Amino acid sequence: MSDIEADVSQLAASEWGGGVLPYAGSKKFGMWLFIVSDAITFSVLLVGYAYVRVASQNWPQPFEFFPSIVTATVMTLCLLSSSLTMVMAVNASRRGNRARTVRWLLATIAGGLAFLVLHGNEWNKLIHEGMTLFSNPWGAPLFGATFFALTGMHMFHVFTGVGYLGVVAFATGRGKFNAEDVEVSGLYWHFVDLVWMFIFPLVYILSIHRG
Amino acid sequence: MSEAIHEAHVHHPPKGFIRKYIFSLDHKVIGIQYYFLALFSVLVGITLSLLFRMHLAWPNASWDFMGKLFPTGMPGGLMTPEFYLSMVTMHGTLMVFFVLTTAPQGGFGNYILPIQIGAEDMAFPVLNMLSFWVTFVALVVMMMSLFAVGGAPLSGWTAYPPLSALGSISGPGEGLGQTLWVISLAIFCVGSMLGALNFITTTLNLRAKGMTLMRMPLTVWAWFTTSILGLLAFPVLLAGGILLLLDRVGGTSFFIPAGLVVNEQLVHHNGGSPLLWQHLFWFFGHPEVYIAILPGMGVTSQLLATFARKPVFGYKAMVSAILGIGFLGFFVWGHHMFVSGMSPFSAVAFSLLTLSIGVPSAIKTFNWLGTLWKGKIQFKTPMLFAIGFVSLFVTGGVSGIFLGQTGLDLYLHDTYFVLAHFHLIMGVAAIFGIFGATYYWFPKMFGRMMSETWGKVHFWLTFVGVYCIFFPMHIMGIAGHPRRYSDPSNFKYLAGMSTYHQFITIATFITAAAQFIFLINLFWSLWKGKKAEDNPWHATTLEWTIPSPPPHDNFGGKVPVVYRGAYEYSVPGAKQDFIMQNSPEEV
Repeated sequence: MSDIEADVSQLAASEWGGGVLPYAGSKKFGMWLFIVSDAITFSVLLVGYAYVRVASQNWPQPFEFFPSIVTATVMTLCLLSSSLTMVMAVNASRRGNRARTVRWLLATIAGGLAFLVLHGNEWNKLIHEGMTLFSNPWGAPLFGATFFALTGMHMFHVFTGVGYLGVVAFATGRGKFNAEDVEVSGLYWHFVDLVWMFIFPLVYILSIHRG
Repeated sequence: MSEAIHEAHVHHPPKGFIRKYIFSLDHKVIGIQYYFLALFSVLVGITLSLLFRMHLAWPNASWDFMGKLFPTGMPGGLMTPEFYLSMVTMHGTLMVFFVLTTAPQGGFGNYILPIQIGAEDMAFPVLNMLSFWVTFVALVVMMMSLFAVGGAPLSGWTAYPPLSALGSISGPGEGLGQTLWVISLAIFCVGSMLGALNFITTTLNLRAKGMTLMRMPLTVWAWFTTSILGLLAFPVLLAGGILLLLDRVGGTSFFIPAGLVVNEQLVHHNGGSPLLWQHLFWFFGHPEVYIAILPGMGVTSQLLATFARKPVFGYKAMVSAILGIGFLGFFVWGHHMFVSGMSPFSAVAFSLLTLSIGVPSAIKTFNWLGTLWKGKIQFKTPMLFAIGFVSLFVTGGVSGIFLGQTGLDLYLHDTYFVLAHFHLIMGVAAIFGIFGATYYWFPKMFGRMMSETWGKVHFWLTFVGVYCIFFPMHIMGIAGHPRRYSDPSNFKYLAGMSTYHQFITIATFITAAAQFIFLINLFWSLWKGKKAEDNPWHATTLEWTIPSPPPHDNFGGKVPVVYRGAYEYSVPGAKQDFIMQNSPEEV
C-alpha cells in the first residue's frame, strides 16, 4: 500500500487538496470567524439603537461639546493609539524580539486601561446626572438603555481584551507564545477599536447638544 | 513529504476517567456527549407533549395522580391554561434548541466530520470541549426554568414581548422562569457560536491530502453550511437575548411600548417596540430552521447513495442547493411576520424570496429521487429512515409554499396548519435524519450493530405514527383551529374537532411508545449487539476505512490520502460495487 500511496500522493500534490493549511494557521482563521460572529452581535445592537431612535419622538441630544465630546475624543485617541502600539507589538514579535513585544503589549494594555478609566468616569458622571437604564432627565428613556447597552458591551470587550493581552504578554515573555499568537490577539484588539469607531460617531457625535 | 505521511506518531488517549469521558478533548467523545444530551432533552420534550396532548383530547377529564404530581399546575388533576402554555413553551424550546440543534450538528457532526475529511480531531479541541460544556450549562439553566418558582415560562419558544418582557405581572411563569429561559438561551448561543467557528475552521483547514472541496461527502457540506448559518445567526439571538434580559431585569423598554395595561395594571415602560424582537428573533429563527434540517439533508444524501449503490445524482447541484438554501435562509425572516402589520410591499418581497427557496429544495428532492432511480436498493433500517425523510420533507415542504404566500398566510397564520407544517419538516424530518444517522453510524461509533428487525418495526410505527399525528392538523388548521388554545371545547366552532384531538393524542401515545423500541435497541446493542466490521454497509467515505470504534486519533497516526469523490458506487469495471475514497484503484 505504502509505495503506491507515496507515488500517487506525489501525483495528487499537483492538485491542491487539503493537507497544507490554506489560511495561514487555524488560530488566525478561527479568530477571524469569531470576529465575524461578534461583529454581528454589535451590528444587532446598533440596528436596535437605530430602530428605537427613529421610532422615538423626543430622542435627547444631551452631550455638550465640552466636556462630553472632548472626553470621548480623548478616549478615542487612547484606543486608537493602543491599536498603533499593538501593530508595533506584532511587528516586534515577527522579528523575534520578545522583550520589545512585551513592552509594546504593555503599552497597548495601558491604552486600554486609560480608555476604561475615562469611560468609567464618564458613566459615573452620567449616572450622577440622573441617567439610568430606564430614565434620564432629557427625553426618551431608551436613550440611557441604548447608551449603556452599547457602550457596556463594548467596555466588556475592552476589559476582556486587556486581560487577554495580559495573558499574551505574560506567555510571550516566558517564550510560550509565538508571533502568530500575538498577531491573533492583535486582530481581536483592532476589532474592538473598530467597533468603537462606529459607536463614537453614532452614539456620541449624533447626540451633541445643539443650542 | 511522503515520509511525513507515513511517519506513525500515534496519539494515545488520556488515562484518567475524567479526562477520557467527562472533560474529554476527543471529538468522538464530545459527539457522543452531545448525542446523549439531546437524548435526555428529547425524552423530557416528549413527556411534556404527552401531558398537553392528554389535556387537548380530554380537557375536562381529571387525572388525580397528575394532580398529586403537579399540585399548582394541575390542581385536582385539571390542567390550568398557564400550565398548558408552560408545557408547550418548554416542549418547543427543548426540542428546537437542545435536540434539533445539538444532535445532528454537535452530535454526529462532531463525531463524523473530522473523520470524513481525514483529520485527527477538530481544529480547536479545547474550544470543542467548551462548546459542549457551555451547552450543558444552558440545558441545566433551562431545566431550572422548568422547575422555577412560579412555574415555567409560558410565552412560547419564540418568547414574543411584551408578554416575555414584563415579568411576573403578565403571568405566573413569566417571573423567574422566563428570566432563566432568556439566560439559558444566551448561554446556548455562545456555545453554538464557538462550535460553529470550530466546524468551519476544521472543514477548511484540516482536510487530508486529496480531499478537495468537491470530493467532500455531502454530509460534510451540510455540516459546513450549517456552521456558517450558526456563526451568523446565533449572535443575532444573543444580542436580542441581552436586550430582552435588560428589559426584564434592568428596567429598560426595548421591546415594551408605552401605555400598556397588563392584568389591569399600567406598565411603567415606554418607547420600545415588540416588533424589534420579532425582527431579531426571526432573523435568527429562520436560519435556525435550516440549522435543524440541513444535516438531515446531508445524511439522507449519504444514505440514499450507500443503499441504492449509486452515486448521488447531481453532486454539484446538491452542493449548490445546500449553499443556496443556506444563503436564501437569511432573507426570508419576514414571512413569520405577515400578520405583524408589515408594509404589503415588504410582504411581497419576503413572499417571493420564500417561494424561491422551493427551487433548491426541489433540486434536492429530485436528485434524491434520481439517486434512487434504477438503483439496487437495499431496504436496511437507515435507508428506510432516509426515504422517510424525503417523504416528510416533501409533505412538510409543500405546505410551506402555502404559508409563504401572504394572502393564504393571513388566514392560516397561528393555526394548526402551521403546527403541521413545521413539525413535519423541521421536527420530524430532522428527527428522521437523526434516526437514520444513528442506525447508520452506530456500528462505527460503538463497534456493534443495532437490531435490523427492531429497527424496521421502529421505523414503520414511527413513520405511520407521525403522519397520523400531523396530517389531521392540516385539516384542523384550514378549519380555523388556532394554536396555543389550552381548551378548544370552550369554543363552539372548535368543539366539532374534539374527535381529531382524541385521534391525534392516541396516535401520539402509540408513536411515543414506539420510541421505547428504539431506546431498548440502542442500549441493548451497546453491550449485546453483533460485533460490527470496519465497513458493514460497504460505504465509500473515510470513516469506513478505520476500525469500529475508531482509535483515539482516528487514523492511527497516519494521514489518509484521498483519490476520488465520495460516492463511487457501481463503477463499471471496478472490482467491487464500491470504491473507497482512499483507494488508488484505477478503473
